[in-house]
Amino acid sequence: MFAALGDETRLALVGRLAGGETYSISQLRSGSRLTRQAITKHLRVLEKVGLVRSVHRGRESLFQLDPEPIVEMREYLDLVSEQWDEALNRLKAFVEK
Amino acid sequence: MQDRIEKRIELKAPISRVWRALSDYREFGEWFRVRLEGPFLPGQVSRGQITYPGYEHVKWEALVEKMEPEKLFSFSWAHPKSLDKESYSPDSSEDPRTLVEFRLEKTAAGTLLIVSESGFSKLPAELRLEAFRRNDQGWTEQVKNIESYVAKTP
Repeated sequence: MFAALGDETRLALVGRLAGGETYSISQLRSGSRLTRQAITKHLRVLEKVGLVRSVHRGRESLFQLDPEPIVEMREYLDLVSEQWDEALNRLKAFVEK
Repeated sequence: MQDRIEKRIELKAPISRVWRALSDYREFGEWFRVRLEGPFLPGQVSRGQITYPGYEHVKWEALVEKMEPEKLFSFSWAHPKSLDKESYSPDSSEDPRTLVEFRLEKTAAGTLLIVSESGFSKLPAELRLEAFRRNDQGWTEQVKNIESYVAKTP
């Protein structure tokens, strides 16, 4: 996921999708110099890691941001961090007694 | 995005004492809450069973990296997709690993311990641990209950 976000174009796409609605490739392309193929390629990378979902409407694919994985990774880091705090407090009590 | 966690803690104990609590597998097991099968040896896998209440089904498995007396102790370990009793898999060979480092520095009051864990960027996006988090919160409550119970009934 971190690698997927480590690209300016993809980060910009995520920024556009952050509006929370579904967007077509044409909408996502407006104002950028990228080709349709390039945008699609980036969207597929984001889809693969679960940051973006696509839905089909007629012949068109619409894309939507799935914010869940980002939230989870941050939560996971918070959780690991809390567990270290607890373990180190136990260590402190253990060596200071 | 964050790849690393770092903690610093001042311990009012000599560096030799802290080193023993980290490097002796029985002492480590006491405070970490794990029953280890044998001593830590660099380059070797350390195995055991977690003794933390509620997680006794979880296996401990870490590859000891460095042991530089009173300076550095490090190991890598796996992050299972789930620690929930129902979905936990004891086979961690496919799980992504992070590196844990304990660095010790002598201070006027005792020892400064710097713990870092790095390599979270390798973890998959589909890591789903809400259940664990919920359990963990319930658990923290339990500990408080026990503490207040012990305090009231010495």
